[in-house]
Amino acid sequence: MYAFELVRPATLDEAVTALGAEEAQALGGGQTLIPTLKQRLAAPAKLVCLSGLAELKGVCIADDGAVCVGGATPHAVVAAEAAAHYPALAALAGNIGDPAVRNRGTIGGSLANNDPSACYPAAALGSGATIRTVNRDIAADDFFQGMFTTALEDGEIITEVRFPVPERAAYQKFEQPASRFALVGVFVAKYDDGVRVAVTGASEGGVFRWAEAEAALSGDFSAGAIAGLSLDADMMIGDLHGSPEYRAHLVKVLTGRAVTAAG
Amino acid sequence: MTRVTMTVNGKAVSGEVEGRTLLSQFLREGLGLTGTHIGCDTSQCGACVVHVNGQDVKSCTTFALECEGAEVRTIEGMANPDGSLSTIQQAFQDHHGLQCGFCTPGMVMTASALLAKNPTPSEAEIRHYLEGNICRCTGYHNIVKAILAASGQDVSHLGHGDAVAAE
Repeated sequence: MYAFELVRPATLDEAVTALGAEEAQALGGGQTLIPTLKQRLAAPAKLVCLSGLAELKGVCIADDGAVCVGGATPHAVVAAEAAAHYPALAALAGNIGDPAVRNRGTIGGSLANNDPSACYPAAALGSGATIRTVNRDIAADDFFQGMFTTALEDGEIITEVRFPVPERAAYQKFEQPASRFALVGVFVAKYDDGVRVAVTGASEGGVFRWAEAEAALSGDFSAGAIAGLSLDADMMIGDLHGSPEYRAHLVKVLTGRAVTAAG
Repeated sequence: MTRVTMTVNGKAVSGEVEGRTLLSQFLREGLGLTGTHIGCDTSQCGACVVHVNGQDVKSCTTFALECEGAEVRTIEGMANPDGSLSTIQQAFQDHHGLQCGFCTPGMVMTASALLAKNPTPSEAEIRHYLEGNICRCTGYHNIVKAILAASGQDVSHLGHGDAVAAE
């Protein structure tokens, strides 16, 4: 790692001020950022540690029933505390990485990084979540802007993620066994006004909604409803773990499984 | 350099560290606690697992400064006060839960974290919880058996080093 200064602000205001410095970067749980620093793929002058900010941690329920997760909440806490309110979200959080990673990695860090194979972007987009930052609220549909790219400005901290709770939902992940990232992951959620289908791991453009499947499932919420659909492999990721065609196929299979699992 | 202070295995310790100093590095090089092993240094293998405020974490993927004021427990803090092996450690010895021993500190720390949350885990739960700990010698069977035994469950049906039922 290149040398950097690590600061531990005591309040959110201090964190915002610290992030205003040249070449400063937020440090969530560090489960992606620290390996990235070790590979010298990032070289911040200053890391601003958010894990000590109690105001960014925990799960609560809003008046409208939405599940609100603080930006610095580790995956293990979401898995435990959201289980009674939004089981599909809790199950997704409880299957990210491994137990030690889940004790450190945070929802804000995952969404801000927007790894094309990460699980949380699928939950946020599939739930039509709102990403709340120190400055504003951003709809998930506007937040994800391509591989490792989001609507966040430099130094903008995710303070909370609000998930409207669907009638039914499920996440299915086809795991890449070495990294435990999703080779393909599909989050399906059925709301009053329609079904949302969000796909991670598959596209060169990062997490995306599969509009045709959403339309079909909004009419008939069963795995059979998407039997006649197919995805274009053109924009799919191709690597040693799977070809674009294989990933396109997996998207459909996992969407069907997610619908069945959602019941 | 910044001064960091924490409690390690019940003792208050402090030292001068850089921002980039990893917890694993501080424990091994700063405190001489070399029982915490660095296998891969890329968060994959789990040989470096320690407890920070009761949570199992990979010390190679945590900065020392993030642990300011924290309670840290390493493999050196696992034995009983009289120096005898803890239940989990003894079970690893009794059931041959190690061969070369390199992964063992991380396995014991992970097993201890699991049993604190789930005192009588099933075999499948143990295997799932060990997902972030890699052993290249044992094929995991005797590690799983040792953890089952440490939780007080009967392992007599599992035989001596025989493969237990696959998940």
